[in-house]
Amino acid sequence: MPKSAVEVHNLTVSYSQRPVLWDVDFSLPEGKLIAIVGPNGSGKTTLLKSIMGLTPMSGGFVRIFDQPLDEVRSQVSYVPQRESVDWDFPARVRDVVLMGRYRPKNLLSRLSKTDREVADWALDQVRMREFSQRQISQLSGGQQQRVFIARSLAQQAKLYLMDEPFAGVDAASERAILDLLMQLKESGKTLLIVHHDLNTVRQYFDWVVLMNTRLVAAGPVEEVFTDANLQAAYGGQLTVLSKVADRVKEGGFPVREKKVKS
Amino acid sequence: MNNLLQFLSLSDPNVRMVVLGATLLGAGAGLVGVFTLLRKRALLGDAVAHSILPGVCLAFMVGQSKNPFVLLLGALIAGWLSLLAMDYLVRRTKLKADGVIGLVLSVFFGLGIWLLTIIQQSGAASQSGLDKFLFGKAASITSQDVNMFTWVVLGLVLVLLLFYKGFKLIAFDQDFARSVGMPVRLLEFLLSTITVLSIAVGIQAVGVVLMASLLIAPAAAARYWTDRLSVMLLLAAGMGIIAAWSGAYVSFAAPSMPTGPWIVMALALLTGISMLWAPKRGILGRSLRQWRYARKIALENVLKILFQLEERSGMAGKGYSRVSILEHREIEPGPLNMVLRRLKRKAWATEINSLWRLTEEGLTEARQIVRRHRLWELYLHERLNLPADHVHPGAEAMEHLLTPELEEALQRDLGYPVTDPHQSPIP
Amino acid sequence: MDAFWIILTGALVALCCGLLGSFLLLRQMAMVGDAISHAVLPGIVIAFLLSGSRDSIPMLAGAAVLGVFATVLIEWLHRVGRMQSDASIGLSYTTLFAIGIILISLFTRQVDLDQDCVLYGEIAYVPLDLWILAGGQSLGPRAVWILGGAFVLILTFVLVGYKGLQLTTFDPAYAATLGISTFFWHYALMGTVSMATVVSFESVGAILVVAFLIVPPATAYLLTDRLPVMLGLSALFGLLSSILGYVMAAATNGSVAGAMSVAAGIWFVLALAFVQVKKSILRSQSVSR
Repeated sequence: MPKSAVEVHNLTVSYSQRPVLWDVDFSLPEGKLIAIVGPNGSGKTTLLKSIMGLTPMSGGFVRIFDQPLDEVRSQVSYVPQRESVDWDFPARVRDVVLMGRYRPKNLLSRLSKTDREVADWALDQVRMREFSQRQISQLSGGQQQRVFIARSLAQQAKLYLMDEPFAGVDAASERAILDLLMQLKESGKTLLIVHHDLNTVRQYFDWVVLMNTRLVAAGPVEEVFTDANLQAAYGGQLTVLSKVADRVKEGGFPVREKKVKS
Repeated sequence: MNNLLQFLSLSDPNVRMVVLGATLLGAGAGLVGVFTLLRKRALLGDAVAHSILPGVCLAFMVGQSKNPFVLLLGALIAGWLSLLAMDYLVRRTKLKADGVIGLVLSVFFGLGIWLLTIIQQSGAASQSGLDKFLFGKAASITSQDVNMFTWVVLGLVLVLLLFYKGFKLIAFDQDFARSVGMPVRLLEFLLSTITVLSIAVGIQAVGVVLMASLLIAPAAAARYWTDRLSVMLLLAAGMGIIAAWSGAYVSFAAPSMPTGPWIVMALALLTGISMLWAPKRGILGRSLRQWRYARKIALENVLKILFQLEERSGMAGKGYSRVSILEHREIEPGPLNMVLRRLKRKAWATEINSLWRLTEEGLTEARQIVRRHRLWELYLHERLNLPADHVHPGAEAMEHLLTPELEEALQRDLGYPVTDPHQSPIP
Repeated sequence: MDAFWIILTGALVALCCGLLGSFLLLRQMAMVGDAISHAVLPGIVIAFLLSGSRDSIPMLAGAAVLGVFATVLIEWLHRVGRMQSDASIGLSYTTLFAIGIILISLFTRQVDLDQDCVLYGEIAYVPLDLWILAGGQSLGPRAVWILGGAFVLILTFVLVGYKGLQLTTFDPAYAATLGISTFFWHYALMGTVSMATVVSFESVGAILVVAFLIVPPATAYLLTDRLPVMLGLSALFGLLSSILGYVMAAATNGSVAGAMSVAAGIWFVLALAFVQVKKSILRSQSVSR
């Protein structure tokens, strides 16, 4: 049986007390190109962030390559949403890509020659080498997205988590990014990608995670990406579930009991 | 103590003046501060307060008098200039709001200090009163000042009453206000003007540096007590007045003390009390609710254990020892005794020869908890696609917070099921 | 000679504040810097009361802790007290500053500070407080030595911690995924800002600390798109503000700290005009093309 790249176990995450992810539970195989799909506000970004340990969980846990995140951190790379940073920050393209080489260990020393070579290689991969001295605020949305992906490539990880890499991206960038994702998959990497365009899911991806606050289905695209499941994911929140969520928020109740003997 | 009585009796005409003045400026700042807070412009108000200083100094230099109306005009112009400068910088440069606020605040204030020291060096005859703008001096409020305060506060209350609905809308949702055809620009202009005016008045008591507190604290404190704008306005005005009185009293009793800091301390106290004690949003209220909930959980868990032991024995109606309860589930022995005593008091369980048994009522209660637990397990399994062996932890928490309405909704949603995912019966 | 020492003091404050202020500005924490620079006051007063002297290093460190406490308080009011974040900044710093002023008024005799000096310092007296060795030689003003030491520390911090500061400022979430502690860098920066504030406070007062924390970095930010250049330009504009400010104060016999703040504002307006004119020229060129 192949190792699982990402295992999410009973994951519950609350945002200001209200659960936004509710007992999400799935396991994803290695070496696949996987989409996370669901309507706006369905917790896709939160799911990615909690896999990366960026959001406190109110219940459940995550395993990456069958280990806790801290054990395998160097093998996982995260591409946040483009809007999550201020692009007026005084930096050039290469400065940002080099950040992918920062580690707790080398933070106080100078970057090595290898680090710089890797950064240039990563820029080549996203076809942005010629822009390496460009100020980041002068890039188009698609180019900024490619810079973020290059930064992530520079980490040379085995698992990539990307939050909406195709959002607000021009056709040329979409092509470049897609080619790159395919190529990464060919070389055995696992890619978990938050995706918003339902029309391209079949064409681009092998696996899909359909969700809307709760998990609707996770599995190979041909099995899981069905009309019935889409209906379930996009047909709105479950009434009972959102009523219970309201009650949890209003009372400030925990969604997990402390000290449960299992 | 005599001081306090003398102060409160208002027999001294000076004191009357000071109390009247403090009332006006405390109320004015409190009222306007509500909108400043709700529109998330607390620090903008801070910047305006600092920016008023050079206006006051220039007005004094040009007018060569301390006439409060002349100084107010200078303050108004400077305050507005700072607002315009901040607006321009945020819209036209890559600087972000907080940087712009800090920049305008420090440069305008530096200019004010520079001018103030120039005035002081020049030895102008009547300069001595200007430094009250730095830290406030409520005790030096004159009848001329009160005259001016009255006009300003009357004006701002009038504007608030006339445009109350509009202000409420732009405080709540600016885009919506625009979409329903509200004259947002006019409303903003009016709101900014009365804000600058009330700050210009308020700094006579608190001083420039600490004005942010008089503007924001009453509103922030009032926010803990209510969700309604009208109530919040009244509360904030009241707290502003109380704080201004306290400062005025200190100023009266110990003339060497600057007033502003004491007003700020009074405000901090009021805010602290509100933050702790306000029933719904306060910290204590929240902790109390959590503590009660934890007690409820502890009680219900023991009920459930007794029920499960009973279920296992085929509803034989036996009693169970503390040891077997403890074996069933990890509970501290100490709390268990407390919980058992509470069960007894509620007549949900009885103790015979150290064996505990549920009463009829206890059984009904316990059945309800187990029912909710198993219903939620089924819900997780069927609707959230959770494997049967993963549903327990979630249900363990939910069984305590489901209400009868939610339970009924679950029953309906799941079609009044009879067994849970582990094939245990739903009682 | 006095002029030299005063300008040097101002310049050292400007250098310390400019380097750190650049990061505060980019982190959109300029107002937290403002809050810290006010909040250290009670710490300084208590330090004076306990130690009875102005230059006990451990006491100043204690005062710097109060600056960090202010940032913790701001966080706490927001998180636990559920107060709006702008209100929690405004209320924390006014309350701490008010405590400082009350302490000064209560202990006027013990504490050699007055209310006005808290705001605009006594930079004009810096040359009078000399560091005299046992042998009788004078090494120059004490404040210059203290600020010089602080500057060396801050420069080292920024140079050694450059990558950590840069990454946690630009993209803290990404930094966290690399296993780099955003918490550490946040508090390291806040602690250093507190230290800079405390050592600058006595000579230049609260206003100039705030002005030098924010205005030169903002000026530099307008002019460049590279972080190292921005740090350099902040330092340069701080220096220029110190010189121009001194000239203005000397000419008018007004407050040196106030004039230096205004000077920083003048450089900012000049830079802004330059950038806006350049922008409109570029725009008209691209239109005509």
